[in-house]
Amino acid sequence: MLSARGLTVRYPGAESPALADVDLDVLCGELVALTGPNGSGKTTLVRAILGLVKPAHGDALVDGRSARAWDRRELARAVGVVTQREEVLFPLRVREMVMMGRYAHLGALGAEREVDRVAVHDALARCDVADLADRRVDTLSGGEWQRVRVARALAQEPRALVLDEPTASLDVRHEMEIFELVRKLATSGLAALVVTHQLNLASRYAERVLLLDQGRVAALGPPLEVLTREIVSGTFRWPTTVALGHDGAPQVTPLRPGDHLAATFPTPGHGR
Amino acid sequence: MMRLAGLAAFALIALTIGVGAGSVALPPGEVWSGLARADAPASLIVRNLRLPRALLAFLVGGGLGVCGAALQALVRNPLADPYLLGLSGGAGLGAVLAIAARPGSGWPVPLAAFVGAMAAVVLVYRLSVVSGRRLDPRVLLLAGVVVGAFASAVMSAVIVLSDAPQLRNAFLWLLGGFTASSWQTLGLFVVYSVIPFAMLFALARSLDLLALGEETALHLGTDVERAKRLVYVAASLLTAASVATSGIIGFVGLVVPHAVRRLWSPLHVALLPASFLAGGGFLVLADTLARTVIRPLELPVGVVTALVGVPLFAVLLRRNLA
Repeated sequence: MLSARGLTVRYPGAESPALADVDLDVLCGELVALTGPNGSGKTTLVRAILGLVKPAHGDALVDGRSARAWDRRELARAVGVVTQREEVLFPLRVREMVMMGRYAHLGALGAEREVDRVAVHDALARCDVADLADRRVDTLSGGEWQRVRVARALAQEPRALVLDEPTASLDVRHEMEIFELVRKLATSGLAALVVTHQLNLASRYAERVLLLDQGRVAALGPPLEVLTREIVSGTFRWPTTVALGHDGAPQVTPLRPGDHLAATFPTPGHGR
Repeated sequence: MMRLAGLAAFALIALTIGVGAGSVALPPGEVWSGLARADAPASLIVRNLRLPRALLAFLVGGGLGVCGAALQALVRNPLADPYLLGLSGGAGLGAVLAIAARPGSGWPVPLAAFVGAMAAVVLVYRLSVVSGRRLDPRVLLLAGVVVGAFASAVMSAVIVLSDAPQLRNAFLWLLGGFTASSWQTLGLFVVYSVIPFAMLFALARSLDLLALGEETALHLGTDVERAKRLVYVAASLLTAASVATSGIIGFVGLVVPHAVRRLWSPLHVALLPASFLAGGGFLVLADTLARTVIRPLELPVGVVTALVGVPLFAVLLRRNLA
């Protein structure tokens, strides 16, 4: 559903490419976690897949068609996006905010139809924010606000979801709620691409993890193959140890420099 | 729907008061009979003098309300008003140049003001289109301020250097007023403003999304660059026309959209028509005050809108923050 084929992106004036030769396929029903150090190209990859950045080589595809060839309205009906930041200026209510997910289905002057109200109702229910429908969005907590934004993306009735660090600055419970929600949505058939720094949650929720390093794919595969001590330590340039959690998912623990395990810190670049 | 009907009623009452008040005070009944029958006693005053003026004030006020609402969404700044695009400076410079260059005759002041305003708009637009074809609203704000300031500086210089006695009139004219209204001006304004009004109303949903930020608007299916350009063009055409017909009338375009947003809805499908009705009604009442308070003299209507609008706004702010 969301693909990259030899995707290379160069920003003007930059010496090395922001993305180099990235291949990826996010299938319907699959949750792929996209992670990597700051500045490794995660956001660039997401922006390219959404048609906001022009590739230097290769291409980013949505449903087999070049992302930049899509009309924005059509694309909004295929892919729902929750961006990293969004600041609300005017005092909208939750229901109005989620209804904006329907704008790509409405004409410029067309009134809201029954299907639109049903879609909003369903989206609110699926994200467990139906009881907030009449609240003003500026009164929501961080976790509620993120769920409302996911609901708005769902109201678009997309086949794919892209979330850029949806749990940044959320507490444990709200973070878990978001991952549970996205997992449920992926299982119900959506293609989900989630940018996250939460390696341990990526490990437990994602079918596959894409680890980027300096614009290149450091590793791509199931968590057990990607989240190894060598690969994680090498990519993030920090000693870590990896153990299997109670549910069999690899769990990464960053080590302190004096830690006796840190002595075996692999040389940077190893494992790529 | 109820509230829109309520606002329409407010607009109608404002218009009735606007037509009724004056040196010959007419009760509402006479206003309506003067409208309905050509042989009614008040017919001449109503039809020839007061109605075109009240309607023009209504349309200009409505236009300023709609433009203010649209521009606040475009630049994502609730402090934006229709003159932020450097229009007022350009219009003032145009008017002053016309008077200073050919005292007495030559270019009609409104036309010169219109040309000045459009020149400023084009200049601001050119400055705001960065890196290829992107219109950057933040740069737009800065460019508007800079161009406006430059035009004002030139205008001041022209005023100091020129000794045209009519320059005081240019000042008065810039402060805003509907003294020169006629059916002809009204007709011109109606014909001219239909397209920008239609454009802005058709962009209502795009404005909702633009107000969320450009990236979010894109992901929700707006052609952001196209929408921004259309909003900019339509709002500046409409504002330039209102400056040309009635000078610079502050606060309507700032206060009215704010009030409507707080009291009713920030969604533009409701906000734009509501700002039109509220802005129109408000300016008709302001103009009525302007020409009756110190009769037979007239206050510039821009003075009244500020004197009335600022306290209203302050009350509104405090009530909603509490």
